[in-house]
Amino acid sequence: MPSFVIAEKCDGCKGQDKTACQYICPNDLMTLEKDAMKAYNQETDACWECYNCVKICPQQAIEVRAYSDFVPLGGSIIPLRGTDSIMWTVTFRDGTIKRFKVPIRTTPEGSTDARNEARGQDLDSQLLFTEEAAGKILPVI
Amino acid sequence: MALPNKAKGELPATLEPEVEEREVDILLVGGGMVCCGAAFEIKKWAPDAKILLIDKAAMERSGAVAQGLSAINTYLGDQKPEDYVRMVRNDLMGIVREDLIFDVGRHVDDSVHLFEEWGLPIWRMTEDGHRVDGADESVPRLRDGGKPARSGKWQVMINGESYKPIVAEAAKKAIGMDNILERVFIVKLLLDANEPNRIAGVVGFSTRENKIYVIKCKTMLVACGGAVNVFRPRSVGEGMGRAWYPVWNAGSTYAMCMQAGAEMTMMENRFVPARFKDGYGPVGAWFLLFKAKATNALGEDYMVRNKEMLKQYEPYGSSPVAPTCLRNHLMLHEIKEGRGPIYMDTVTALQDMFEGKSKKEIKHIETEAWEDFLDMTIGQAGLWAGMNIAPEKTPSELMPTEPYLLGSHSGCCGIWVSGPEDIAPDEWNWGYNRMTTVNGLFTAGDGVGASGHKFSSGSHAEGRITAKAMAKFLRDNKDFTPTLSVSTQELVDEIYAPVNLFHEHKDKSTDVTVNPNYITAKALMQRMVKITDEYGAGCSTNYITSEKMLERAMELLDMLKEDSKKMAAGDLHDLMRCWENYHRIWTVESHLRHILFRKESRYPGFYYRSDYNLVDEENWKCFVNSKYDPATGKWDVFKKEYKQLIS
Repeated sequence: MPSFVIAEKCDGCKGQDKTACQYICPNDLMTLEKDAMKAYNQETDACWECYNCVKICPQQAIEVRAYSDFVPLGGSIIPLRGTDSIMWTVTFRDGTIKRFKVPIRTTPEGSTDARNEARGQDLDSQLLFTEEAAGKILPVI
Repeated sequence: MALPNKAKGELPATLEPEVEEREVDILLVGGGMVCCGAAFEIKKWAPDAKILLIDKAAMERSGAVAQGLSAINTYLGDQKPEDYVRMVRNDLMGIVREDLIFDVGRHVDDSVHLFEEWGLPIWRMTEDGHRVDGADESVPRLRDGGKPARSGKWQVMINGESYKPIVAEAAKKAIGMDNILERVFIVKLLLDANEPNRIAGVVGFSTRENKIYVIKCKTMLVACGGAVNVFRPRSVGEGMGRAWYPVWNAGSTYAMCMQAGAEMTMMENRFVPARFKDGYGPVGAWFLLFKAKATNALGEDYMVRNKEMLKQYEPYGSSPVAPTCLRNHLMLHEIKEGRGPIYMDTVTALQDMFEGKSKKEIKHIETEAWEDFLDMTIGQAGLWAGMNIAPEKTPSELMPTEPYLLGSHSGCCGIWVSGPEDIAPDEWNWGYNRMTTVNGLFTAGDGVGASGHKFSSGSHAEGRITAKAMAKFLRDNKDFTPTLSVSTQELVDEIYAPVNLFHEHKDKSTDVTVNPNYITAKALMQRMVKITDEYGAGCSTNYITSEKMLERAMELLDMLKEDSKKMAAGDLHDLMRCWENYHRIWTVESHLRHILFRKESRYPGFYYRSDYNLVDEENWKCFVNSKYDPATGKWDVFKKEYKQLIS
């Protein structure tokens, strides 16, 4: 299922240091056409429909048109991703609309504690540094 | 205005790429769950080491967890590691590295507790047995003794849309942004010039600029996932993108390590997931949480109808939970007998759950059902939307997919590694946990063979385990200075060969994709997956192969390998595709050689040897390992003794 870029909404991420969809696509599909200054999916039969481009676009200029070879036309899935939850709008081919809101994160973005001051002591044991600090005794066979 | 949806070569590949050379102590190749775990752990044990992590994409969303996940499939909680080993061993038909599985089992919960602390919402159970989602504050967190909302014995449900960004955030903070290279595809490992069987570095290229990286190191972890698009998919056209595992996993872990001479194990094993048809949505929550039944077209539970078939596969067939491959085996029987389509009876499951519930509770259950897909296979939700399928009203089809190669899920192919020093028998321990048979070369996650059912959490934990072992290796090898045996120019010529070929011949045809002097990456891949499908137990033969079919596959593969040297690329994206194909070809060759060697059908439902259509416990309850010798170019495939460590 390919993602596609809505021509009139995309501004090629002008004013940003990188094209957001190009930055995030795990399969290197989203690319910038420099003359038109607009993004497009350069290999639509390699698109996993991960929706990362859809979620990251600051202009909400990217949507997904489900795989043409096995999905009938007319449905859509539109995400609206916030900082702690995401709202999904599902539109059926017959026009039925469903909305689902679910949590995505219980902490503020950027707040993970990477324990950068921690130091492991015994390199020859099998304990991970957190387990060593907690005094864990590892089960053995 | 419409733009073409074929690459116009937005980032052209030029003839004289820049070269950047670096030297580090510890190299992490990959940016998925494994390397995020490794990045988090490594500096706690090697704070002064020079470390570099290289991801083909962007860590924030790279790897198999790109979309998110709706469950964490390995969290022990009150369960014991011995029972975890028993479960995995049974599911994989008896042949596993019990030391490696036990090791993951005793560490994995620590990673899950960290995910929860970092912000991953994990469902929990209230005192009176109700499920609450991950944001709920009224129930204690898992790490504070809260009860997880389990779907099965080993799985916990999560609100996992942001699973990867959360885990990657901690990894990046731990390792430092200066020590990360993104959009660089590492394609080959380099052995040391002075010390035999010793790793010395890697070579790769940027997919954003014409630049080749040659990086020397004292030790490395290679964890780039499994292999996808190694068999012709069931879907065609755009649908080829809807693979079950991520399309960008090209077997790089296996190919790069085996080329360097690492001993491989169980490469014959593949995973054929039975999933929601075409969209490949997960079935775990439907079976375990919603208690749905899979049926044939007549509405019969085929596991009940065909239970006699399991008797052929003792002791595995009579276990309380039938192995995954045998569940496929029974489903395939229905399909072959013409009693398809196969359905997941979502209607009965949900109507039963809705019984006696309030409107609010019903909406909550409906949300759980949709979230299951929206958290990890949005394409399946898109299929429901396009088909007007509301699961409480209409059932959905199930189908076994094309084969996938991976070591962290319900498949167990991969690389043979040293086990934990406190558990592994001497034959499986050569000093450093998760080190391959090549000194200094480590792997984890999908890369480690004979120990499936780790999933995302287990892969993260395994990355951490491996990081510590690498720190120990570094300590013990402080005086090693890596020396390459090839010149930089040789590496540049090899990496950019497809680019040189393209520029040499591109103007001879008016169509860059049709030129007798070269072949595009896409075309070569199509040819490869047709070969594996038709001869190597793909979908089109209902996963059946034989010695004669495999020999034919090898003949065709030989010509394919010759032609692969004629892949051409005019832009960086296509150059990446060319190198992914090299990795795929090595991976499938290893897979086919192993299937040929193992004279039995150990995994009915994943593949069948028509000439040895039985499980032969007497002669084949052992590992099948292999080694490619980079000096001679010869393959050696052999049996390796299986040892039972746990009763």
